[in-house]
Amino acid sequence: MQKLLLLADEAIALGAIDGGLSGVYAYPGTPSTEITEFIQLNSDAKARGIHSRWSANEKTAMESAIGMSFAGKRAMVCMKHVGLNVAADPFMNSAITGVNGGVLVLSADDPSMHSSQNEQDSRNYAKFALIPILEPSNQQEAYDMAYYGFEMSEKLGRPILLRITTRLAHSRSGVVRKEMKPQNTTSFPSDPKKFVLLPAIARRNYAELLSSQASFVESSENSPFNTYYDGDNKKRGIIACGVTYNYLMENKELINGSPILKIGQYPLPKKQIEKIMNECESILVIEEGYPIVEEMLKGFLGKNLTINGKLDGTLPRQGELNPDSVKAALSGKKAEPVVIPEIVRMRPPALCQGCGHRDMYEALNAVIKQYPDAKVFGDIGCYTLGALPPYGAINSCLDMGASITMAKGAADAGVFPAVAVIGDSTFTHSGITGLLDAVNENTNITVVISDNLTTAMTGGQDSAGTGKLEDICAGIGVKKEHIRVLVPLKKNYDEMISVIKEEIDYKGVSVIIPRRECLQTLKRKKK
Amino acid sequence: MIKTDIILSGVGGQGILSIATVIGEAALKNNLYMKQSEVHGMSQRGGDVQSNLRISDTPISSDLIPLKKCDLILSLEPMEALRYLPYLSDNGWIVTSSTPFKNIPNYPEDGDVLNEVKKIKNSVLIDVEAIAREVGNTRCSNIVLLGAALPYLGIPASYIEDAIKSIFARKGQEVVELNLKALAAGAKNK
Repeated sequence: MQKLLLLADEAIALGAIDGGLSGVYAYPGTPSTEITEFIQLNSDAKARGIHSRWSANEKTAMESAIGMSFAGKRAMVCMKHVGLNVAADPFMNSAITGVNGGVLVLSADDPSMHSSQNEQDSRNYAKFALIPILEPSNQQEAYDMAYYGFEMSEKLGRPILLRITTRLAHSRSGVVRKEMKPQNTTSFPSDPKKFVLLPAIARRNYAELLSSQASFVESSENSPFNTYYDGDNKKRGIIACGVTYNYLMENKELINGSPILKIGQYPLPKKQIEKIMNECESILVIEEGYPIVEEMLKGFLGKNLTINGKLDGTLPRQGELNPDSVKAALSGKKAEPVVIPEIVRMRPPALCQGCGHRDMYEALNAVIKQYPDAKVFGDIGCYTLGALPPYGAINSCLDMGASITMAKGAADAGVFPAVAVIGDSTFTHSGITGLLDAVNENTNITVVISDNLTTAMTGGQDSAGTGKLEDICAGIGVKKEHIRVLVPLKKNYDEMISVIKEEIDYKGVSVIIPRRECLQTLKRKKK
Repeated sequence: MIKTDIILSGVGGQGILSIATVIGEAALKNNLYMKQSEVHGMSQRGGDVQSNLRISDTPISSDLIPLKKCDLILSLEPMEALRYLPYLSDNGWIVTSSTPFKNIPNYPEDGDVLNEVKKIKNSVLIDVEAIAREVGNTRCSNIVLLGAALPYLGIPASYIEDAIKSIFARKGQEVVELNLKALAAGAKNK
């Protein structure tokens, strides 16, 4: 069969479509965005009427997927790792309700923080929720896991976490497609109370979840994604999880006959783990992200066995692994330092020339200069780059929506002026509820919603609030005369400066909306 | 045996992935294995970007190229070519555009960067934009650069020509011809 050249993100999308998907729910987030985009553009998905519109945030996405599962159909939720924090409430509880139609929860981790504010390892969440994990090592496995994942979810009765990392998400390779499976028809849970988590029912469901753990382990033991490669050299066994298996095989000459256990499905397969721990004198654990497997093995079987990995410094604790760090772990020789010629300068990302955020920051900075005690709270998006020179305009960036609520807390603590800068998509993702808090207390904050009519940072996806921002703000109680819309252009500087100043001086909640379309989306439309 | 490890580099927005697309098509059409790691997200906003592209006639393990194993650094910007020098093998080649992209205040003096590239024994500096202009359109400067790298790709030039024909086919015969001319001009001017 003809191989398709696909990113792992795209392979997951296609695997899900071919595996009988009825709906994908997602909020854009690097490195997961391309999954949903692929489904939106795919002709088979269109022909099958697969839902693929963006959700307002990861929590609404997760809940919608559970709703689709309730109705018997197969659903996938996609997000970046920190998105799973937003979706954590429905995610944790979906393990208790269980599923009707199969559910895949795709979380894309970002070790090395290429485009994120932390390196959290999503496998911890699945462990926390007591559900199985699939972790592909290559693009074909990414396809296969999405393809078979729904059946696995239905068979085991729980959602499955599909975990990838940036490197695989954004790497392309040949993928062979399988036959398309039919979508599920509508059907409701045989137990009508299954999804009603009143304490009495939740206790029963939780007991079932606990007793299912053995079947999850058994599934892992028989999984085609967990493979034991025998070896004669029992001095050291090697456990390689997900994408790290490739780095191990890149250094074949250093493996030296060690038995290898390749892990692609969790909970850990007990039989295979017992085998490798019983027959080897020491174990090297190679895993991307946190030392989760390593920590588990340190206590596994209560045996006094040497476990090497990230905890003892055999592998670096921070940042993504690569063939060179794995080489160093195998050979025991320190990784060569990467010496870049002195003449090479850092080239950090920057806001595009002509971007409306630039004009917004120019004007804001001009006003802020007049208030030496001012603090500006930032948010997540292209405009976070306002923290860097030449602007140095923001004092914080915590999580989606935190600009407004941090400004509120700071204002409560006496900070004046307390200004929030948030983008349109981030505002509808998680800013609205915080603004409501401020309105209810008439907190003295100034909120700048820098509206470029898109979710720009991730490549220009539709923004949930486009055309609705003034109505949303007015609807939750911001006074109409303090909702000010501007066009961020050089010729309007004087107006921008006087409006920003007026609203900072107003004692209460005001919202300023500088609105001009993202240059990148504009350019694409013109093509 | 075919086994070429390539680092494509440049500045976000220059379009290094368009080069990868052509090489990828060439690899796929000829049943070669390929892995291509890309950069998406924040660094696309004018920051340094790179793509690790590996082609081989045997299966490829890592999506990333190990240190000192890269056969070819193909760069749309001279300082960006130097950023990946630790990955270049002893016999590896650098093929780079000679035009600096200055979007940072502390960009080194032009001559200094070019001299640093010239110090590397296997290096090719090429004014891709000037050649593309001569060919007829600066939009094909990436293909000019690819042309200059043809001898170091480890695959026959005809693979690349066929890939260009199929990729640009939907844009019309004129665009195909222009890009083939750009490829040939790059090959001649290296």
